[in-house]
Amino acid sequence: MIRDTGLGSRIWRIAVWAVTILFVLNLLAMIVSVVTNSFATRWLGTWLPVAYTTRWYFSAWEEFQLHDILIVTFQVVFTVVVVSGLLGVLAAYAMARRDFAGKRLAMLVFLLPLLVPPITYGIPLATVLYQLNLAGTFWGVVLANLVPTVPFVVLVMIPFIEQIDPRIEAAARVFGASTPQLFGRILFPLLLPGMLAAMLLVLVRTIAMFELTFLTAGPTSQTLVVALYYAVFAAGVRAGQSIDAMAVIYMVATLIWLVLALRFVNPTQIVARAKQQSAH
Amino acid sequence: MSSAPLDGMVAAAGLDERVALRTRLAARGLDGTTLFVLPALLAILALFVYPFLYGLALSFRPKAGGVLGNYAHFFSDPFLYDTIWTTLRLAMPVTILNLVLAVPIAMRVRLMRRQRLLTTILVLPVTLGTVLVAEGLLNYLGPQGWFNRTLIWAGLLSGPVKLTNNYWGVFASLLITGFPFTFLLTLSYVTGIDPALEQAGAVHGASARQRFTRIILPLILPGLAITFCLSFVQAFAVFPSAVLLGAPAGPTRVISIAAYQAAFEEYDYSLASAIAMVMGAVQLAIVAAVLGARGMLYRGPVGGTKG
Repeated sequence: MIRDTGLGSRIWRIAVWAVTILFVLNLLAMIVSVVTNSFATRWLGTWLPVAYTTRWYFSAWEEFQLHDILIVTFQVVFTVVVVSGLLGVLAAYAMARRDFAGKRLAMLVFLLPLLVPPITYGIPLATVLYQLNLAGTFWGVVLANLVPTVPFVVLVMIPFIEQIDPRIEAAARVFGASTPQLFGRILFPLLLPGMLAAMLLVLVRTIAMFELTFLTAGPTSQTLVVALYYAVFAAGVRAGQSIDAMAVIYMVATLIWLVLALRFVNPTQIVARAKQQSAH
Repeated sequence: MSSAPLDGMVAAAGLDERVALRTRLAARGLDGTTLFVLPALLAILALFVYPFLYGLALSFRPKAGGVLGNYAHFFSDPFLYDTIWTTLRLAMPVTILNLVLAVPIAMRVRLMRRQRLLTTILVLPVTLGTVLVAEGLLNYLGPQGWFNRTLIWAGLLSGPVKLTNNYWGVFASLLITGFPFTFLLTLSYVTGIDPALEQAGAVHGASARQRFTRIILPLILPGLAITFCLSFVQAFAVFPSAVLLGAPAGPTRVISIAAYQAAFEEYDYSLASAIAMVMGAVQLAIVAAVLGARGMLYRGPVGGTKG
């Protein structure tokens, strides 16, 4: 480790840390201000609210029909997780184990939905779904959310599968394991940590996926984040504290899974998902 | 009767050929296992590639005018074509600022032993998403929010500065959601560089600035180019925060708002697809330019060992 001790480098170091701390402080203050406001009776022109209450949570629950929205959200999210997990792991297995013609093209097809922002392909996708009368339905929302999640699972799972020695599979074959047995008793237990990580990340990303759900959801297939958007969009109609109470419920719904996911993955993986592929 | 053995032979030959075909395919990596890729591939082809091509075709079938009617409309109406400039004016400075901040901080953080707490905090805005950040910033940056209060209390401001419902609100939200993304990507590149290279530079008497500009920077530039592309593309597609935190009718009427309005307020899917294609084309042009420049850079091992 190199240690620079000059005055210039010390000032530089302090400046870098100051910027970092400033950023983190602002970020945390932003989140805390949402939480504080959600418990505030009245908060105008003072540092802290006059008094605290929990009644906004009850009113938000009633006003925004959060019961129904939460059920829809978790139905959508769990369907997306299961379908994308199944499709993604199968595809990742083939991509990791076989070297076939057109593999690079397949990789490109899997990479593109992760690189193109959702709003860009969301509008043509919503158009197609409207033509098929799928937009506005539960399955329309699920289908739209599969676009970024299936490639995500594929790209997260490929390195996990490559880590498993193919000779383990060969040994199982020698001892007469059938393909279902091979998957169920050899690969599944070995892949479980990776699959859990990938699926938890899909869960977090799908709860927070605004654009695609927003473009394809109807009144009965809204998820929490879309409902939150409409509430903020129509701010002034309802009390700000009520909207923030919903925002806190949304945060809790997301962060539970994030905390769980962080037990299995390094935070950088949430962002740098395809390092092996993109950094050649 | 007499032809039975012959049939058998033909069948056997056919079987041989089938086996041969299977082995030949297997040798090229095509067997039952390869087929596992198909469900996912078909799903993406149907839900991503097909809609994109459909949208492209649809954009050439405008409600009025010739084949290029939508594009002619887009590039002749300042209300529409100005959105490109509006979006670039937001996305470019934010992306560059994010990178400029991310590199020195990543250089520092890579020396830390306990990075996990910081990276976990930074992952928060990425996971919470733009809608929540927009709502949070509306509170926090508002005229009565903690940000303005602190600055007034510290004597830096005489009155609250307007930071919401304008350009700066969207800028702040892109910074809050974009910086962690840029930083974590940069960190993963910076930590990939063998510290031995920098130590070798130090042994030869290179100052900290020289070590950075001569050793680290050339090695991470290709990675930074990728990071720039990914961050820029995300920032260029800004949508919820431009509506909630900006002035969607004026200074932050970004291109995704134009596309959304065309599709869901005017129900002109053809024009909306055209705008989405223009959005994709601008993103692609910038990414291609950056990656083209990246091709001129050094790309090779960042390890210190031979080979």
